[in-house]
Amino acid sequence: MIFADAFAWLVDPVNWSGGKSIPVRVGVHLLYCLGAVLGAALIAVPLGLFVGHTGRGGVVLVGGSNALRALPTLGLVTFLYLVAGGGSAGVLIGLVVLAVPPILAGTYAGIQDVDRGVVDAASGMGMTGAQRLWQVEVPNALPLLVGGLRNAMLQVVATASVAAYVGIETLGRPLLDGLRVLDYGQFVGGAILIALLAVVLDVVLAGVGRLVVPAGLRLSSRGRRAGARSSGAKPRRRGEPAPVESGGSTA
Amino acid sequence: MKRTLAVVVTAAALVVSACGSKEDLGGSGQQAASGEVVVGSADFTENKILAEIYAGALKATGAKVTVKSGIGARELVVKALQDKSLGVVPEYSGNLLNYFDKTNTTTEAEEVYTALKAKTPSGLEVLEKSDAEDKDVLVVTKATADGGVKSIADLGAGKYALGAAGEWAQRWEAKIEELYGVTFTEIKTTDAGGPITVDALKNGTVQVANLYTTSADIKANDFVELADPKTMYPAQNVVPLLRSDAVDAKGKDALNKVSAALTTEKLADLVKRVDVDKETIANVAADFLKSVTL
Amino acid sequence: MGDIGKYLSDAGTRAALLDMLLDHVYLSLVPLVVSVVLAIALGWLCHRFRPVNATLIGLSNVVYTIPSLALFAIIPAVIGTQVLDPANVIIALTVYTTALLVRPVAEALAAVPAHITAAATAMGFRPLRRFFSVELPLAVPVLAAGVRVGSVSNISLVSVGALIGTGGLGTLFTDGFRQRYLAPIIIGIVLTLVLALVVDLLLVLLRDRLTPWARAGERL
Repeated sequence: MIFADAFAWLVDPVNWSGGKSIPVRVGVHLLYCLGAVLGAALIAVPLGLFVGHTGRGGVVLVGGSNALRALPTLGLVTFLYLVAGGGSAGVLIGLVVLAVPPILAGTYAGIQDVDRGVVDAASGMGMTGAQRLWQVEVPNALPLLVGGLRNAMLQVVATASVAAYVGIETLGRPLLDGLRVLDYGQFVGGAILIALLAVVLDVVLAGVGRLVVPAGLRLSSRGRRAGARSSGAKPRRRGEPAPVESGGSTA
Repeated sequence: MKRTLAVVVTAAALVVSACGSKEDLGGSGQQAASGEVVVGSADFTENKILAEIYAGALKATGAKVTVKSGIGARELVVKALQDKSLGVVPEYSGNLLNYFDKTNTTTEAEEVYTALKAKTPSGLEVLEKSDAEDKDVLVVTKATADGGVKSIADLGAGKYALGAAGEWAQRWEAKIEELYGVTFTEIKTTDAGGPITVDALKNGTVQVANLYTTSADIKANDFVELADPKTMYPAQNVVPLLRSDAVDAKGKDALNKVSAALTTEKLADLVKRVDVDKETIANVAADFLKSVTL
Repeated sequence: MGDIGKYLSDAGTRAALLDMLLDHVYLSLVPLVVSVVLAIALGWLCHRFRPVNATLIGLSNVVYTIPSLALFAIIPAVIGTQVLDPANVIIALTVYTTALLVRPVAEALAAVPAHITAAATAMGFRPLRRFFSVELPLAVPVLAAGVRVGSVSNISLVSVGALIGTGGLGTLFTDGFRQRYLAPIIIGIVLTLVLALVVDLLLVLLRDRLTPWARAGERL
């Protein structure tokens, strides 16, 4: 019954035109999510590469990224709204903070997981540090890095609904409005749209991942996974993009 | 084996302690059978103050009371009353009547209250209404008012954008057009008289905002209240809405005394002390209760 | 900063803060404990039956696309709880955390070397006993890593519940916002961080107690 109401809300032409229509809100939602993940990647990827490559600051990085995870987005968004006197910047920063830890974890774990033998071989071949990073470590780290991006995107898409609380027309609007008046059709309709958006973005990112990861690596990474199995109690979760936060970060 | 035991014991201890803490916290939504009264409130300051005042008055009669503050709009609060998550909530006569009776057209205080008593669904009841009132009001900036907008009728058709809570359009969009012929270029969902609405009006995102007459923001920002000559917004006397079996006769009597002591000025002052002077809701409510002989 | 001092100077406020903190602990940790139990059971199923594995992993991916706010509020409509029942938040977070934990648990169980299980079997361990005294303890480090992420994200997610009236410390954010009052918001953020940190430390201690064979150098 709820889903029938949701369907009715979704196909109601009233919701498909004007400034508060579904397409507009999808667009706004998308814009904030892409902006946040991009911004987070600009911060987290270089940081993860640096720490992974040099091996310095790993403990600080893991601790700091865990602390970031604990920052409540709603608190951050309301705080920044009051400080900055407006919603957009605060929401964007709040979402960036949310997206940094999974990307950082993916990048760092990706570099860390590169077979030491491979890195040694690269050094032995006379590669400089930079060559090793860009020609060996980064390509090898790509599967986990893309996994981190996918996790970040999933979380950001789901959480951008909170932005509606500070007056931004994301897909959180029908959620909050529907909730206030217990209009489950509107509410569930909004939730379905957000879930759909998350799935579509995840599929797109997975496709991008397939394009950028060299074919040979995909094969070898499978080999590594099998190898990892036998090493037993290694705390880091490996391999494919995980559904969430790539648990590895806390290892 | 010892290790296994440690795992099991730890898990069990966590589960037990977690279950144990449930009662202590009063975190459960269930109305306890022991006659505990749960006072609820909608998500704005004034309503929270009223809930705290009601709670204090009920406590004075010896009842066991908890407060669940900031729940949401009327639709959610009434649902919570009916499913027994809540026992009492502070309400406003006009909007409550319109909620119970979608076809209602009365707007004058006494008529509204009489109709409200008749239309309140069985199981629920309203007590005596207070003189204190907190009406919806449309406001504009001083500049807009100086440009000749003094009454809702001056808003015209399709000239301005309005900022209001999500449920405003559903409740008033058709009504304002019917009474005044007023339409808006956009009805922007902001919040229920909170910072988003005020900021949107201040920075020009909207030119008209729906606030509440006791709001401290109106004076603080020099906003001008628009006259409502055709009384679109009905009288909104503060009135306790409760589930009949949730409160005993002593409790009802105490709530009636609160309503009798409350005036619009006092209410506005209480709101100002919380929103502007940052006093705590509990202290402000306690202060007010001292002035009431229960 | 003066604001924070003023805010905290009121005894009633401090008592209310303690209440919210306890509520927060309750709302975030009950799901964690329940999820650990569920994830171990499901992880075992995944480990034993391959098709279950694929289905559950797929399902857990889908769960994570549902916005938390939506899950909090849809639950009463689906299972008929009261709209303000904290159970809604608890169930929602349990669903999330279980989804988070199933996969690492299944992988950790699969990663137990065959010769170890074979040795246990040879020593006469029946499958159930072998699971609890050999395979599960060996999976503890991976499980602990997942539980730590789960606890941190639960503690931060509970706040969103404030938008539906059940938010623990999250109530400070909505209240502070409406009053344009930074003090409660800052205190809410700080308390959330401290709570996450303390729980995390406890989890590390617990993990180390449960895995005495792990060398000190491998921890943290």
